[in-house]
Amino acid sequence: MTDNFSPISSKSELVLQACELSCVRGERQLFSNLNLRVVSGSCLHVRGENGVGKTSLLRLLTGLSKPEAGQVLWGQQSITIDPLSYHRELLFLGHRDALKEDLTALENLLMYAALDKVPLSTEKALSALWHFGLRGRETLPVNCLSAGQKRRVLMARMSTRQARLWILDEPLNALDFNAAHELQNLMIEHLDHGGLIVFTSHQEVKLPNLQVLDL
Amino acid sequence: MSALFTIIHRDLLLVMRRKSEVLTALFFFVVVTSLFPLGIGADATLLRKIAPGVLWVAALLSTLLGLHRMFAADYQDGALEQLALAPQSMVLLVTGKIIAHWLVCGLPLVLLAPLIGIQFDLDANSLYVLMLTLLLGTPVLSLLGSIGAALTLGVRGGSVLMSLLILPLYIPVLIFGAGAVYANSVGLDISGHFSLLGALLILALAFIPWVSAAAVKIAIE
Repeated sequence: MTDNFSPISSKSELVLQACELSCVRGERQLFSNLNLRVVSGSCLHVRGENGVGKTSLLRLLTGLSKPEAGQVLWGQQSITIDPLSYHRELLFLGHRDALKEDLTALENLLMYAALDKVPLSTEKALSALWHFGLRGRETLPVNCLSAGQKRRVLMARMSTRQARLWILDEPLNALDFNAAHELQNLMIEHLDHGGLIVFTSHQEVKLPNLQVLDL
Repeated sequence: MSALFTIIHRDLLLVMRRKSEVLTALFFFVVVTSLFPLGIGADATLLRKIAPGVLWVAALLSTLLGLHRMFAADYQDGALEQLALAPQSMVLLVTGKIIAHWLVCGLPLVLLAPLIGIQFDLDANSLYVLMLTLLLGTPVLSLLGSIGAALTLGVRGGSVLMSLLILPLYIPVLIFGAGAVYANSVGLDISGHFSLLGALLILALAFIPWVSAAAVKIAIE
């Protein structure tokens, strides 16, 4: 039922495209006729001032909101045709962490894995949390963690989610120097495996095959 | 299907971690229904007569108390977005949340009703009918309530608006639920009431998960 992609099939070329996208929020036109194209192994850094529409663009790309005009294509197909299979390959992290405060980091990770149809054993989830510096804190409720530690839980989720396309809104927020470095390594590794990343950030990020889009 | 159980398990786990919210609604039901016998006095005939109405109205109100929790917390921390982006049908996830709400806010009322009914001097047969009507009726309350909870997401003062939206929709359930207990106590046939309650439940199950899922999608857009 679930098509688990093996490392071999992940070498195939994938393309995320946006054609003549325009977005209206309330009365204001944020952008119009926007085109972009991201292929396997490359990433797109969306830049711009506050309120210029970066988050709105990311939400259009995930399919959470509908564009005023234009369309988003995954492969050759519009994402509205088969949203379930698109969402299986997509990981979106917004500016809210979406972690349930009353559950532990481990429970959050396992719960999202079950909802995302990703096979994840407790051992694997634990080792992912340990890898991102949460050893000893995996059984604490998330509301006992600091903002940066919550971000680290999200990094553990990114590494276990097995998604091809990452859409990340301000992923470097609240991260200390080491964690930011680890996140960059995680992103580089994802790109090496043929993944795609679209992200926003106000900081300079050094990644291979980086395109920049200024809104 | 496993998604349905995952979401039910998740919501029940969250409730277990924060029991106070659920206990408030249940305690409300117990206190309100206990106030009537205290206020009216020991007039057993009158108490027997008003029992079905009082118990049903209290059940409606205490269901309403727990409703805003169905989606609001997930909406606020962004989890609802993640659910919408999970490769699962939103209808299934919303159904799971409705079932979890009923298990927490509806089922305890069904189980408490016979105890409360004793205060109103209801006989065993009436208690049995009361439990059955609540068993058929409370899922309809959770289902109908989910529409209101989804439509008022992100609205300031949403819970008051939700009460205004949802309470009129509860009227048919109230009429047939309380009516069945009353009819039984005066020796009338109650199969009609049960058929209508059952029909309401089937109708609600067949349509409302889709309506609520659509309302949730509009709210997070």
